[in-house]
Amino acid sequence: MLFVPELILLIGSLLIFGLSLGEGKGAAARKMALVLGILCGFASFATLGTEGVLFFASYQVNLFTQLLKLIVSLGMVAVIIFGGSLRGVNRGMRSEYYLFMVLSILGLMMLISSVELLALFISLELSSYALYLMVPMRDDSGEKMQMEAAIKYILFGVVSTGIMLYGMSYIYGLTGTTYFNELVPAMHVLAGEPVAILAIAMFMAGFFYKLAVFPFHFWVPDVYQGASNATTAFIATVPKIGAVAILIRITALIAPEASTTIVSMLMILALCSMFYGNLSALVQTDVKRMLGFSGISHAGFVMLGLITMKETGLATSLYYISGYVFMNLACFLVICKASAQGENLSIDSLSGLYKRAPLLALTLLVGMMALAGIPPFVGFMGKFMLLTGALKEGYLTLVILAALNTAIAIYYYLSVVRVAFCNDPEDRPDIKVDGLTRVVSLALLLIIVYMGVAPKQIMALATSAVQVIF
Amino acid sequence: MDFLIINEGFPYLSTLIFLPLFGAFILLFLQDENIQRIWALAITAINAIISLPLFTGFDPDTAKYQFGEHVSWIPSLDINYTLGIDGISLLLVLLTTMIMPLCVLGSWSYIEKRVKEFMICLLIMETAMLGVFMALDFVLFYVLWEAMLIPMYLLIGVWGGPRRKYASIKFFLYTLAGSVMLLVAIIALYLKNGTFSIPMMMGQDYSTTFQLWVFGAFFLAFAIKVPMFPFHTWLPAAHVEAPTAGSVILASVLLKMGTYGFLRFCLPITPLATLTLGPAILWLSIAAILYGGFTALAQSDMKKLIAYSSVGHMGFVTLGIFFLNTRGLEGAILQMINHGVTTGALFLCVGMMYERTHSREIKDHSGIARNVPVFVAFLTIFSLSSLAFPATNSFVGEFLILAGAFSVNKIIAGAAIPGAILAAAYMFRLLQYVLFKGPGRDDIEDLNWREMVTLAPLVCFVFWIGLAPEPFLDVMHTSVAYLLEQVDMAKAGANLAMTQLP
Repeated sequence: MLFVPELILLIGSLLIFGLSLGEGKGAAARKMALVLGILCGFASFATLGTEGVLFFASYQVNLFTQLLKLIVSLGMVAVIIFGGSLRGVNRGMRSEYYLFMVLSILGLMMLISSVELLALFISLELSSYALYLMVPMRDDSGEKMQMEAAIKYILFGVVSTGIMLYGMSYIYGLTGTTYFNELVPAMHVLAGEPVAILAIAMFMAGFFYKLAVFPFHFWVPDVYQGASNATTAFIATVPKIGAVAILIRITALIAPEASTTIVSMLMILALCSMFYGNLSALVQTDVKRMLGFSGISHAGFVMLGLITMKETGLATSLYYISGYVFMNLACFLVICKASAQGENLSIDSLSGLYKRAPLLALTLLVGMMALAGIPPFVGFMGKFMLLTGALKEGYLTLVILAALNTAIAIYYYLSVVRVAFCNDPEDRPDIKVDGLTRVVSLALLLIIVYMGVAPKQIMALATSAVQVIF
Repeated sequence: MDFLIINEGFPYLSTLIFLPLFGAFILLFLQDENIQRIWALAITAINAIISLPLFTGFDPDTAKYQFGEHVSWIPSLDINYTLGIDGISLLLVLLTTMIMPLCVLGSWSYIEKRVKEFMICLLIMETAMLGVFMALDFVLFYVLWEAMLIPMYLLIGVWGGPRRKYASIKFFLYTLAGSVMLLVAIIALYLKNGTFSIPMMMGQDYSTTFQLWVFGAFFLAFAIKVPMFPFHTWLPAAHVEAPTAGSVILASVLLKMGTYGFLRFCLPITPLATLTLGPAILWLSIAAILYGGFTALAQSDMKKLIAYSSVGHMGFVTLGIFFLNTRGLEGAILQMINHGVTTGALFLCVGMMYERTHSREIKDHSGIARNVPVFVAFLTIFSLSSLAFPATNSFVGEFLILAGAFSVNKIIAGAAIPGAILAAAYMFRLLQYVLFKGPGRDDIEDLNWREMVTLAPLVCFVFWIGLAPEPFLDVMHTSVAYLLEQVDMAKAGANLAMTQLP
């Protein structure tokens, strides 16, 4: 029963594999993947209260994992629906595309549940390799942009995975175990030892890469630009949940009384991510590239929760990244729908969106303003709680600099909104939005507002989820 | 919760906040444009009627917050949905509810495209503005304070004039940049007190350094909103480009939030910093009064003229606040209302002419008195009110402010006097052109009944406050006295601390 969500995906991926043997089965594969996502969401929801340990104690199921799996499956369903018929993806590869998407989700779900280093590594690789393959599947536009992106993505990915493995080897060497529940006390004993700090820092690197924290962010702009719109929507949202989940687990390894070195390292990385992301985003003209840089700065914000080393702080990080997934999905929904042939969108091409597709314009407005941290949306509540948590720990300078970043960021989010609302459409055609996408976009709007206005239950859920592992 | 009188009966304040939101939601499903207009008018009018019992049921003998409501919102951080009004916010709440139906009426034919979306923005604005004046929890306050930016941005950016992109983005960036540090200050205050409740943050024993920092953050946010010289540059741009209703909301309500912020937060929470930095702010106010006056004198665009006159008038308000005496403060609060009535009315007038002539230049309206006598009668009344002519509302406000000023510092008070003369100069210059100069225009018609209905209530208020301001001053006496007491207590504490030094 505990393994049902993963099992569904596993069986489903086999079925899609069977489908992909035939020609032109893209539409069937899409339906299949959609059904799988929905089933998986239900299964995660049904197992929300259960707890258990599987596979020689290397695989754990509890509130924390199932909650994240639920969010992951919601994200998957949303991406499949608004990704539509994958206009940007090579026609002959569409069924394989869904195969890899499902495999990647499977990897992520296993990653979230892994509590043993080898299991963790294998799940991470499963999810990453599927993503590496999805990037170059874009329709060839003649510039081979997707190839360059894929190479960058895999090279940086492999390097950071290498660093992470190296860190893991130290951790194993120091403690003689690969199980998290044994690692935590063993690492706490070693608190303050330089080698332990180094090991944890290197371990984190692998997930900094996924989350796009400075200095592991170099792949972001090119991959966001090079991959097709739906792929970017996927890469930009769902995997980040997994990354934050594992970062929270790794944070538990740090002994609170000897955390200064790691905390100052995280603080510097957070600030660099925020400033680098926001300042670079200011000058972008490609919407996806801009969102890529904005993602780097948001990764910096997530770190604010990690450095508190407290349950509430970590829960806030979790809350923030979940909110971020939904806000980003809202923005990418608009991008996918507004690009007629699956081409990249420049900011100007959103001109007059409020006349061409009012619902999309509203989604864009809410998504961008939520990312910018304007109330009453989830972005504000998340930022507010992160800042409160960090200031509680006495990091005043950090909080002031982070607040300044919010002011910088508003400019580029606003410039997109401005184009959509204040420019005339000129001769750009109206955009048709299918019924299912409308439902998704309304649902996203509702979630973004609800999480922002009534964070009480969600924070309580996130806190109890974090308590389980911390 | 001893600062709050919980309202047991009908939840007036929550109804006022949520009714417009509900109206905006229903508006989504209305198809016909005229029905949309009527619905928006009905909702805002009902809100105005619901707000009347606040005035009649208000107890002027207590400084506590009345009609209070208290619901837990985010318990883990002790954030609550706390509402309540005292003598300072009561009149501002009423001003907001009264001005909104007039905004809807004023945009009846002005807005031709996307009526539904426009009215939705107006209604959401009303929710946020009322919430700001009623909120007694700092997070609730901040959420509404910021949430207002989006509908206001759209009002200017979508329905505005030719340079609307520039104006709307400037408005948004300025106000947001100002309030970013406000958030940090709020969190810092929370960590000192363990609560976000605004009244419980007042009168605490913060160190002077802490107060100065917090005051700095407050000041930046509120001074930009007022706007005080030299943070005023977003205002003329926003006013000129905004549609009539946007200008009216901006002038009548949004600017008051800055001065309301000074009264509600700066004075009682950071009294020591207020006493230390007050004199500097007084001189900034003088600068605003003179700068606003001189710049208004040089304008050829009617909206710009009124926008700069706003800078000057708001200078008088901040002047009254930071002299920290009863007459000054009461004058300032009354002048906030007066400015809302008068400047709102002037913007409505300009908007009505713009619908006819599609121009805001003074020279395009020269000599139209013979063509549109009713309009000019209204314009004259409001212009006289704007320059603080005796028997109009602004006279009472400015008189109280200057009376308060002269009792404290004759030099600063004297420096404000040219502002009053400048006001007469630029308003009479406008009137002179419109009334007498030039040939007039035969192609424009006089006001219709809808426009007269829009302006008539404002005329009533001009004379009511001008001739019998007592009912309006009565409600604020106790609250203002209590506010001054809070500041004086800090002053006494500071003196005490100084005498203890060896």
